Parts: sequence; C-alpha cells; structure tokens
Amino acid sequence: MAYDAVIIGAGMSGLAAGIRLAYFEKSVCILERHTTIGGLNSFYRLRGRNHDVGLHAVTNYAPPGAKAGPLSKVLRQLRLRWEDFGLSPQRFSTVAFPNCTLRFTNCIDDLMQQIRERFPSEIDGFSKLVEHVAGFEVASFEKCKLSARAVLGDFLHDALLIEMLMCPLLFYGSATPNDMDFTQFAIMFRSIFLEGFARPFEGVRRILKVLVRRFKELGGELRLRSGVRAIESRRGRATSLVLDDGQSIEAANVISSAGTLETLRLLDGSDDLRPSIEPGNITYTESIYSLDRQPSELGHDATIVFYNDSSKFRYEMPSEPIDLHSGIICSPNNFEYDRPPEEGRIRITALANPAHWLNLPQEDYEREKIKWSERLLESALRVIPDFRSAIVDTDFFTPLTIRKFTGHLNGCVYGAAEKNSNGRTHLENLYVCGNDQGLLGIVGTLMSGISVVNAYLLK
Amino acid sequence: MNPDDIRRVVVDILERIAPDEDLTRLKDDVPLREQMELDSMDFLDIVMELRKQYRIQIPEDDYPRLSTMAGTVDYLSPLLKGAQAPA
Repeated sequence: MAYDAVIIGAGMSGLAAGIRLAYFEKSVCILERHTTIGGLNSFYRLRGRNHDVGLHAVTNYAPPGAKAGPLSKVLRQLRLRWEDFGLSPQRFSTVAFPNCTLRFTNCIDDLMQQIRERFPSEIDGFSKLVEHVAGFEVASFEKCKLSARAVLGDFLHDALLIEMLMCPLLFYGSATPNDMDFTQFAIMFRSIFLEGFARPFEGVRRILKVLVRRFKELGGELRLRSGVRAIESRRGRATSLVLDDGQSIEAANVISSAGTLETLRLLDGSDDLRPSIEPGNITYTESIYSLDRQPSELGHDATIVFYNDSSKFRYEMPSEPIDLHSGIICSPNNFEYDRPPEEGRIRITALANPAHWLNLPQEDYEREKIKWSERLLESALRVIPDFRSAIVDTDFFTPLTIRKFTGHLNGCVYGAAEKNSNGRTHLENLYVCGNDQGLLGIVGTLMSGISVVNAYLLK
Repeated sequence: MNPDDIRRVVVDILERIAPDEDLTRLKDDVPLREQMELDSMDFLDIVMELRKQYRIQIPEDDYPRLSTMAGTVDYLSPLLKGAQAPA
C-alpha cells in the first residue's frame, strides 16, 4: 500500500507534520531510525536519572490565554491546549561579558531598564530597534539577505551592546558564523527577548509525548528502528523509500526532516539535478552535572547565562576542540515551577570543533571528554558560583553524539548555513522541514512541519 | 440543518481550533478575526474542518464571506441544507 505521505524523522517538525496530515485523514507514516523519538531534542535515562538533550528552554513563551504569537498559533494548528505543554516561565537570564552583565526576563521592560542604566546613550536606539523588530513582517516563506549586524548598526552605536545582544541570539539558533540574516535575527529576538523562555517541569519528554500521543490517536503510524537508506525517484518525483533493512515503502509524498543535504544524499547518485549545498559546521559540546542540592542553594538563581570572556563575541567553529572563551550555562531547576525538581542540574554548553570529536580514535575519546569537560567547567566558573563539591554525576556529549542521534553531517546543531525557507526540493513531491527550513526553536520547528503540510499537502 | 444547527457546527469547529477560547460571548456580526485573533492559517482550518466533516468544498474566492459568524451561517445554509444536524 502507498501512503499519502511518509515523513522521515520523528523529531518535533516530523511529528507536527504528521499530526496535521493524520488530523485531515491522510494516511501517514513517520520513519525514525532510532529506538526513540525526538531527534535533536530528545531525552535519555542514565544511571537512574532523566536528562534532556538539545532543549535548554522553549522560546516563544506566551502565558495561558494569549491569543497571538507563534506558541498560540502552533497549539491551535495541532489542536492542543496550553496546558498540554505544561510550560513554566524562566526566572531571569543574563548575558555576562567582562565588566558588564545584562539581565533579562520574559518582560522586555526589564531589559530596557538594564540598558537604560548601563548604556544610557543607547536606550532610544534600542527602543526603536524593539519597535522595528516587533513590527517586522516575517513572511513565512520569504528569502531575505540582510545582515543583522548591518541593521543593528542603524539603531545602535556601542559595539559592546551589539555583541551582547547578538550573543544569545547567535548561540540559540544561527547556522552561520558571527552574523545572521536579519529575518532570522528578528525571529530570534522576538522569541528570546520579547516572548521569552519556559520549560515543562518534566523537560522535553512532556512535549514529545503529547505530540506522539496525538499523532497515534489520529491514526498516524510511527515506526522506530526504521532508518531510510535511499529515496528512489523517477521523472522528477520521489516514488519510494528503501529502509536500512531493505524493505521498500511507497509514498505519494515524502517530507524529510533529516536536513536538506542529508536528504539529497539519500537520492539516487546519478541524479545530477541535485543542488550543491555545504554542510553546516556550528556545533556544541555539553556537560550535564547532577547536583545534590538546588543550584539556588549555591547562590545560582539564573535560568540561563550566556557568557563571553572579552568585549568581542566570536561565534564560529573553534580551532580548538572546545571554545573556552564563551558558553551557555543552563539550570533546568531555575524555572518558576510549582515544586522544586528532585535534583539539581547544571548544563554547560560551548562551541566545538566537529572534526576533532568525529575523528578521535576510540581509545582517546573518553579521555578527551574528561579533559575538556574539566577545562570547560573551569572557564564557566568565571560567571557562576563554584558548584563542584555538589556534583553527584556527570555526563558529556560531543558532536559525535549529535551525529549519532540526528544523522546531521558534522554533528552540527543548526543545520546547513543555507536555509531552504519554502521547503521545496528539485523533486516535486519531496519536501524538507525542520532545522534547514530556518525556523528556530521548538515552536519554530513545530511550525516548520505544519507550514510545509499546509502549503503543499492539504490544499 | 437550520441556521441554529449550522451556527453550532461552526462553534464546534472554532472550539477545536482554539480550545482555550471562551466562545459563549461570540458576537455574530463582529469579524471572527477581531474577536479571536484568527489568522489566515486558522481560516484555512475552518474550511478544512468543513470539508472533513461534511465533504463540502469552499473555493478560496469565497473565504471573505466567512469573516463573521452571521456571514458564515448565511454562506453555509444552502450548502448544508440537506446535511444531518450533529447530535
């Protein structure tokens, strides 16, 4: 039997696409290579502890009852209630540079006040920037090539302030080094500074479980351990998918969340119509520390700290295995839950060199992980209280881990630098969604799956 | 279906699309967009829900006629005349 649609990958975007199709009575199957769902934003259990990968926080937060904004839009499209995601807002986050720290919350007025105090001559420009970004029309399928730094330069003059504003936005979603497209900047600025951070008490598994349950209730089929080895095509159309075990599946339409380049590589090698795309190289390592107390008991109350050790922020692939100049410290405990999580948790994330981690001989890999996680921890202690005596367990992931679970070339996090905003490929019934569509964060990637289905498969 | 039944069908659909919304105070002559902040994606969903439930096709040119509850009920009346009212 041929499905109306087959989706490659049971991550956020694939599940959202699947829900839309199943809801409108299309026969749909999601194929996932791994034994569990989630892809880049997933979860695992290690030595009796639950951990998240990917997600630090859900961006685009909106309080219950909000009618506008991306979160409300996504919930409506998936026929979910606000309570289904169980989001608790952040306490506060900071951008910590030498001699200057900016604190922000889910209310832009707090950041405004901080800028008024620390950069008094820039407050007018910043207010105008906020207005410009808030009113900026982000047409969903628009292609725009405008440097965010160039636009920022029209509003602000203080180089340090520009770096400090760029830092969290680049960290949380740029596939390109040091600068980003202004459309992406506007999306990120709204999602982080105007809407803000939140997290379900149970972490990302709460969201994924809601999505999978909805998909299955609607009659969607999910096959785990079903990697796609090849997409077969004929006369400009995808015809069937070949699984790792040799099984063949027919589909009238194929939506792939594997990444644009990763998807094109599944096509028959003789197909010279494939466009050439460079794989991305922005990726991270992360240390996850379990603590015997709440981080706030150690004097650490911030939800997320974006830090950098000089006045110039470099967001690019480091030549060293890990970039020790900057990083992100996230404490999943520091959201406004109605009860404290059982255990303390601190995650430290920093830019990494993919080639180093992907090419290490196996016998050196564990040793390198220990060596570099210690260095990373020491560099982070510049901006948070020393919590080493409270550590009861540690885990560390690298680009190798990311590649294993996502199949992303280079183990990169935000996909290729070149985004495919309309989701189309050179085959008329093969579409891409997810990371490489350029919509960012959990809410953005859900919207990416939804919008591809709405635009091409439900008309 | 009579106009009251049709109104109920539309309210049911709006409830599905926006489960967090209080629809008891919906005004029939005020654009839905204003009262519920519905956007074009939501309007497409109203049309698709009608197609899913009653197999009726609404051409894109007619979407503006669905802007208020009163307009929607008027527009759907001939199309749903023979349809069974929901239980």
